[in-house]
Amino acid sequence: MRVSNKLKLVLLRLLQAVPALFGIVLVSFLLTRALPGDPAVYFAGPMADEQSIAEIRQQMGLDRPLPLQFFSYIGDLLQGELGQSISTGQPVLTELASRLPASLELTLFALLLSLLVALPLGILAATRPNSWVDHLCRVVVTAGVSLPTFFTGLLLLYIFYFLLGWAPSPMGRLDFAYLPPETVTGSFVIDALLAGDPETARAAFAQLLLPAITLGLFTLAPIARMTRAALIQVLEGEFIRTARAAGLARRKVLYRYGLRNAILPVITTLGMVFSFALGANVLVEKVFAWPGIGSFAVEALVVSDYAAVQGFVLCMAVLFVLLNLLIDVIYTLVDPRVRMES
Amino acid sequence: MPKHGAWLACIVQSRGTSTKNENPTMDRRTFVKGASLATLGAGLLPLLKSLPVQAASNRPLVVALGASINSLDIHRSGTNRTSYQIAVNCYDRLVSFGTKTLADGSVSYDYNTLVPELATEWETAEDGLSITFHLRQDATFWDGKPVTAHDVKWSFDRAVSVGGFPTMQMKAGSLEKPEQFEALDDHTFRIHLLHPSKLTRPDLATPVPIVINSVAAKAEATEADPWATEFLHRTALGSGAFKVQRWDVGQQLVYERNDDWKCGPLPALQRVVIRELPSTSTRRALIERGDVNISFDIPNKDARELEAGGKLKVVSTPIENCLFVLATNLDFEPFKDKRVRQAIAYAVPYADIFRNAAYERGLPMWGAQSAKPTEAVWPQPFPYATDLDKAKALLAETDYKDGFEVPLSFDLGQADWAEPTALLIQQNLQRIGIRTTLNKVPGANWRTVALVEKKLPLHLENFGGWLNTPDYYFYWAYLKGNLFNSSNYENAEIRQLVEETLYMEQDDPQYRPKILRMIEIAMDDVPRIPLWQPSVNVAMRPEVQGYQYWFHRQLDIRPLTLEGRQG
Amino acid sequence: MTQTASTPASAAGAQASGWRQARYLLAENPVSAMAFVLFALILLLALFGPWLVPYDPLATYAGEPLQAPSAAHWFGTDNLGRDVFSRVVVATRLDLSIALVAVALSFVFGSALGAMAGYYGGWIDRLSGRLLDTIMAFPLFVLAMGIVAAAGNTVENIVYATAIINLPFYARMARAEVNVRRNAGFVQAARLSGNSDWRILALHIFPNTLPPMMVQISLNMGWAILNAAGLSFIGLGVRPPTPEWGIMVAEGANFIISGEWWLVVFPGAALVLAVFTFNLLGDGLRDLVDPQRRT
Repeated sequence: MRVSNKLKLVLLRLLQAVPALFGIVLVSFLLTRALPGDPAVYFAGPMADEQSIAEIRQQMGLDRPLPLQFFSYIGDLLQGELGQSISTGQPVLTELASRLPASLELTLFALLLSLLVALPLGILAATRPNSWVDHLCRVVVTAGVSLPTFFTGLLLLYIFYFLLGWAPSPMGRLDFAYLPPETVTGSFVIDALLAGDPETARAAFAQLLLPAITLGLFTLAPIARMTRAALIQVLEGEFIRTARAAGLARRKVLYRYGLRNAILPVITTLGMVFSFALGANVLVEKVFAWPGIGSFAVEALVVSDYAAVQGFVLCMAVLFVLLNLLIDVIYTLVDPRVRMES
Repeated sequence: MPKHGAWLACIVQSRGTSTKNENPTMDRRTFVKGASLATLGAGLLPLLKSLPVQAASNRPLVVALGASINSLDIHRSGTNRTSYQIAVNCYDRLVSFGTKTLADGSVSYDYNTLVPELATEWETAEDGLSITFHLRQDATFWDGKPVTAHDVKWSFDRAVSVGGFPTMQMKAGSLEKPEQFEALDDHTFRIHLLHPSKLTRPDLATPVPIVINSVAAKAEATEADPWATEFLHRTALGSGAFKVQRWDVGQQLVYERNDDWKCGPLPALQRVVIRELPSTSTRRALIERGDVNISFDIPNKDARELEAGGKLKVVSTPIENCLFVLATNLDFEPFKDKRVRQAIAYAVPYADIFRNAAYERGLPMWGAQSAKPTEAVWPQPFPYATDLDKAKALLAETDYKDGFEVPLSFDLGQADWAEPTALLIQQNLQRIGIRTTLNKVPGANWRTVALVEKKLPLHLENFGGWLNTPDYYFYWAYLKGNLFNSSNYENAEIRQLVEETLYMEQDDPQYRPKILRMIEIAMDDVPRIPLWQPSVNVAMRPEVQGYQYWFHRQLDIRPLTLEGRQG
Repeated sequence: MTQTASTPASAAGAQASGWRQARYLLAENPVSAMAFVLFALILLLALFGPWLVPYDPLATYAGEPLQAPSAAHWFGTDNLGRDVFSRVVVATRLDLSIALVAVALSFVFGSALGAMAGYYGGWIDRLSGRLLDTIMAFPLFVLAMGIVAAAGNTVENIVYATAIINLPFYARMARAEVNVRRNAGFVQAARLSGNSDWRILALHIFPNTLPPMMVQISLNMGWAILNAAGLSFIGLGVRPPTPEWGIMVAEGANFIISGEWWLVVFPGAALVLAVFTFNLLGDGLRDLVDPQRRT
């Protein structure tokens, strides 16, 4: 019964996402049509005359009225057809499928790094509010979020690659000296480890490090701040006082009761930060020649590549919906107080 | 045809190459292990499925490029400039151009010499209306099938039939319809000419008339797609010196030598990796650190500084038949007056632009002593120099003595030279009372508004023609209605002169005076104000030898070698 | 987020104590104090910058191109010989204005929308909820890019795009804040004494949502500046030759590897400092309004 309840909840959430998804499809469709530039002109190539441009426009269906174009777009979508990217010449679905893992690997790893730093910082700050440690933490994470990612990225490159030579050359996910591992999870590092090839895993990891730090720096602040705020709030709660009064050890109180209860808002924040970081990827990917969906979207936007932009936005939106769902599920798992209320 | 310079150039601009590896462990592993094509899915690239498991003891040459290869088929609609290199390196043509050594010691292709590629010899009929080519007997496609005249016929038919760029480029050589092409036997091919033209033969050496394996291609053709464009888009079917070993769209392309290549000396390099790296700074760091061997098509500033640094070889070759110009649009009322255009030509700060936008790469195109050209060459310096007093005086004679306002547009993708140029022009125009606002047009829109709709009043343009004759440049840039005449300029005399000279042999005694007259009018009317003749800049590590400049501005990897290493 | 039903701020007494509290908190919290000082400095530069600089920020050849910082050019010169110091200082006003106007727009429209949704509920709530969901489900930076690319890269469009992507934050916050209060005792009282819905919303409920909003505004100012800078980096920013930090950093970034660090470091520092200031300020404000800290 509980299971079916949960299932119902999940389905309900999914259903709730439908209007937003439709809204996104509509907005991205309209937005792309408003982009300057004529894909037919682009597609017809450098020397095309008016007649061949007109032919191409007809072929691409761009001569039809907008509502018709929209309906046929919806029709294609329902069949899982996202169209073909004019700039890369590949089906958008293929592009997204091949690039999404790169973006996800980068973003997830950046978040992991960020968590490893931000959580301790947040805890440190929360347990010593208004001390110099607290202020220092605040300044550090705020400085991190104040740096434009492209600036940080280039600076890190300059120092660690160009001057010191510690980082590998910024040429995407893997130095060309290695072959990508068999795809299992989509993460080169993990896949290489699964394939029993630690050398390739190390190389992939080395490539991942600088862009992940760049992105991670940017996400430190929300996580650390939320950890601090939530923890402070929890630590001032009745039950903590009770626990302390009952003579439980400080550490035990902090980790057993404090963190456990403070983690919920942190998870929510993580979700927001994740979707935000996926978007912020755009600039980092450009600097590090990272073959993710962000850099793909920027290129597509610049050449008015309708199908590619729409596909990208849709993909991100679906991810976003799934992510929220995931957070809801985690919420119910972590917090025993949350029961299904319909 | 033209180098369609401006609009795609931005994309093309910054590429470099990267090669690598002081670290020998890397090379070994590189391509040795057959692995799945992680990104593309192996299904897309049947040819690549079986990566040869070989002892690749030599490391590849690595090239850093700023733009992306988006197709393996130059005939396809939507194929970008960067992709033309596939046609150069993976396919053969009937003929190619010879090479010559330039004054600076670098090697360039030679427009005036045709050399054999697939054809060993060719002769023109006495009536001048057909050319017969005799093909090499031993040439084979990668799959082992001999290259025959039927393949040539199919490929040429395809180029003139698919429409768009390839068809227009063929047309530039008066190659317009399939009936003109005839396979006399397996190794004899004839082109019937609509009329004799000096442009036909050089046009055959451009990247467009490639020879495709027609048997293999036809097997993939469908009713809806008779020219197998979908298949050839992802798979090259050539006989050329290099095969595509691997193509990760948006990341890299790996060339592997075709050991059975017959149409020229076997390339020294076994493998060449083209890495696509969008950030200019990253590319510069890579070449300086030695992680790539070649950075192709680098910004002027980098070219100057890297050369001064002394650790790298930098070759800057002025691009033939190409100009960066400030174009005035005659649909815009003030520019209808020739004196306004001349005033602007006197107001442009040429030397500052050449110093701070061109970084002294390329050739100056201002300050000619005489308003009458004495040499029938193109491009050549125009008789204008920065002279604000003269500019003001000219403007004062017109209805616009109090100046006017006009947006000055440039292609966002060309910003590395166009933005400083525009800023400097803006400042000087301000001094003669013409107020400009700078308008950066994103790449996608540039072509539409500048070249197709031709509605930018004042803009920076960078057309260059593949076929290196003045009349060809004038055809595209000075005849109203033609694509690169973004000025909407029309002059009956120029039109007539272009029509008379376009097919005329250059040694015809009438040719020279007509070209001189054409240039003289262009100088006086100045719808397009030349700023400088740009160059294509390449930075190479010292171990790289054999670089050649080509008019198509793609890297021809066939003559390249890495010193101290044998293929 | 941290919000509890705080009692309505009322009367001058509360305000005076607010000031006292502010002073106390600033003394207690040196970082916030620093932020306020920085903020004052930035404001000063924004207001008087154009009169303070040694050179015309647009003039090329104010010095030799690409000169390192010197006594004549404190921040060096750029590739056209323009004085970087003058450009950085003069840019303050534009950057601040972009951020300020964008944030103001999203605050006004977002909180109006959110307040109505929170107060009335029903279909208004559902409709605005869907709208916000739609915006939020976009990758925000890409949405901003799309808007600017579609509408053209002018300062106004950058402002609109920034405003649109920030709108949901205000709307959500306003909705939540209004929602918890709409049946609070003081609202009931106001309703019973015959106030109209609008009046209650505008005069009784909305002012109470301001403190958390202020925090959001301050944090958002920083984001807005970064957003404009990011747009510049991909070529969709402010038009040249207008000095703007983002575009200066974006262009300067190309000069890092070639050693002309001053082109990116100084505008970058200004940008970071401004964003940093607003973020710290937001944090400081949060301390001020956070009921948890008022004990």
